[in-house]
Amino acid sequence: MSLALLIDFGSTFTKILVVDLALEEIVAYAQSCTTVETDIMIGVRRALDLLPSRIKNSPYECKLASSSAAGGLRMVTIGLIPELSAEAGRRAALGAGAKVIKVYSFQLSARERKELEGLAPDILLLAGGTDGGNTEVILKNARQLSQSRIHCPIVVAGNKVAAEEVISILSLAGKTTLIADNVMPEVNVLNVEPARAMIRKVFIERIIEAKGLKKAEDFVEEILMPTPTAVLRAAQLLSQGTASERGLGDLVVIDIGGATTDVHSIGMGSPLQAGVVRKGLPEPLAKRTVEGDLGIRYNARSILKLCGQERIRENARFFHSDLSQKLENLSQSVGFLPESEEDQDLDFALATCAAQAAMERHAGTIETLWGPQGQFYLQYGKDLTGVEHLIGTGGIFIHHPQAGAILQKTLFSPGEPFSLRPRNPALYMDARYCLFAVGLLADRFPDQALRVAKKYLKKWN
Amino acid sequence: MSGKERKKTVVLGVLGVDAHVVGNKIMAHALESEGFKVANIGIFSSQEDFIRAAIETAADALLVASLCGHGELECRGFREKCIEAGLENIHMVVGGNLVVGKQDWREVEARFLKMGFNRVYPPGIPPKRVIEDLKKDLNCSSESGARSSE
Repeated sequence: MSLALLIDFGSTFTKILVVDLALEEIVAYAQSCTTVETDIMIGVRRALDLLPSRIKNSPYECKLASSSAAGGLRMVTIGLIPELSAEAGRRAALGAGAKVIKVYSFQLSARERKELEGLAPDILLLAGGTDGGNTEVILKNARQLSQSRIHCPIVVAGNKVAAEEVISILSLAGKTTLIADNVMPEVNVLNVEPARAMIRKVFIERIIEAKGLKKAEDFVEEILMPTPTAVLRAAQLLSQGTASERGLGDLVVIDIGGATTDVHSIGMGSPLQAGVVRKGLPEPLAKRTVEGDLGIRYNARSILKLCGQERIRENARFFHSDLSQKLENLSQSVGFLPESEEDQDLDFALATCAAQAAMERHAGTIETLWGPQGQFYLQYGKDLTGVEHLIGTGGIFIHHPQAGAILQKTLFSPGEPFSLRPRNPALYMDARYCLFAVGLLADRFPDQALRVAKKYLKKWN
Repeated sequence: MSGKERKKTVVLGVLGVDAHVVGNKIMAHALESEGFKVANIGIFSSQEDFIRAAIETAADALLVASLCGHGELECRGFREKCIEAGLENIHMVVGGNLVVGKQDWREVEARFLKMGFNRVYPPGIPPKRVIEDLKKDLNCSSESGARSSE
């Protein structure tokens, strides 16, 4: 046996998955509540105790972890123009697995600086200006930050011409600063990978300790990345394959959680219909969006606010009287696992509403324009209509036997032809919760990781 | 900027609901080969798209093309928006098929100058002339202007 122990420190649950790398099999799964407020290792030991003893006591080939505990990786990004460098910075942070709690554009005002101090992000990303373009605003923002009470690491990824001066302004003020290539070197050219890599480096080197996860890191070899990055990495591996094992091609993953719903898409998303012109900032090949208002526990009430009782009931089999009170209770007891059929049904309805809204926000849209030469179609974002695989992950896909139907309800609808959601993909459920583990294994054991993913993603209908 | 003068930067695009992409590509190529840094925002660009790109790149000029005949409608209020956005001194050039029908060019030119454009070109102008004017207007340092000042 050659075992890999893979841990995900979630915001609510600590999950452990044991994979036999030789047999390419999942041999055990256990979970317990995350105990980051007291001692992160308590939850780990409780989960470990649930593993069969022969597995618990075996030697491990590797022990790796991802984490979204203690609020996840909270980031603020600053750019110049909202639709350009500020958006590029936001995408870099999202792709690095962060929760983007605020995006600032133009010059930071004194009031914004104060607000920023209050937000106390884990990492700040400072962008602005194309290479050789505007230097004034990023320099002024660096001066604002130098006078602020911000102590978190600052990743500078703006106009290269200003970068050195920005670094020296911030360093002189005692700020921890790191430099990455410009997230938008030219207008409408996106370059998020260097900034993503730098954010991940800062996460590993500094954030883990700051979040009280150091003890856990002493137990595993390394906490490699934030959980969403692990899922995105898995999606990429599954889509693109390895040198010796073919990938699936373009795909979308919907991750429905207690606090947020994430959507990951891998693919260029170029227009599929003739006569459609693409506009706006180019899309990253691996794109992640996070809906901070859509989650089936912490944010159960905001789903109600967004979708209304009608929509929730449309997606449920039971009537669910006192809906508002029930959702209030759910948002208070975030560790709640449904047992009765009725509770499961409510989870299903909430997850459906969350997934629909998240998919709609992630997918590209078409805008029609009329001009002297007739009608034109402009595409913003990715065209996902041709995507062949759609995967659901998150607790509901483990616990609810019919959860695959949630995915079906997120697809393209002829009634909304300008929302470019997948039209007819094969649907899969991550019923063994293996995607994070696949992402963690992707660099060291890519072939095995890919085959484990293919084996355990359960096809729906 | 380490003592060196930076490349002159221009934002180039086709304004409004206008799909004429060929001239846009030719113009971008011509400008680049003359040493300009070109932020080409392409076809179907709004006034706001020009302004956003100009701020982000600290552009010296906007080169606005309009070929569909609706130029007068599409260009209205452009200078005012630039002023709002802090680009009050940006050099603005417009050309293409700005109007339809047989109109006296001097009148057309006067209308666009009044709107706040610094240079207005009739149809059929070679890129070379636009570039020569641009070098003069932006005070490029020598004959091959934008390039030699790098």
